[in-house]
Amino acid sequence: MSVQDIIREQVTTHPVVLYMKGTPQFPQCGFSANAVAILRACGVEDFFSVNVLEDNAIREGVKQYANWPTIPQLYINGQFIGGSDIMREMYQSGELQKLLQAALAH
Amino acid sequence: MSAADTEALMRQRLASLEPEAVEIADESALHAGHAGARAGGGHYQLTIVSKHFAGLDALSRHRLVYQALGGLMGSRIHALSIQAYAPGEL
Repeated sequence: MSVQDIIREQVTTHPVVLYMKGTPQFPQCGFSANAVAILRACGVEDFFSVNVLEDNAIREGVKQYANWPTIPQLYINGQFIGGSDIMREMYQSGELQKLLQAALAH
Repeated sequence: MSAADTEALMRQRLASLEPEAVEIADESALHAGHAGARAGGGHYQLTIVSKHFAGLDALSRHRLVYQALGGLMGSRIHALSIQAYAPGEL
């Protein structure tokens, strides 16, 4: 299984996936900490998180997968949503809450 | 390399987006000691206004910024917070 296949499987078998530096309990980057805080503000505590600091192949692979040069990266139902700036914008507009609720309703 | 050089390079690259305004804040000092800061890349906050963003969602706007910055991402720039507006949105 290639790294791209592993990432595809991760993002398609979990409704909400966050690639981040550190863990939700101990984020090791301010942007990743923001991403976790936004998900929690949306009422989402239980999401699949991947600590890219523990796996350099995933860290580089996920940048290729989304064609996006930075971490964190949020995926909902397999679709790349964005990084922490976009998460904040979508949270402020209420769009993120709607996407998350729809994804987690099943 | 200095932060001023990096900002100048960012402005050069971003010129391809024909921006009406570019503001770059160097927040590297806030992240001193952070692993990425030790590796030499800076933390920046970018606000940019460009007609090329009109009609695009945030994801597409950020992609245009990343494309314009090219190889600066991950080398001179370790982390970048982006606010991208079309003219008239501010």
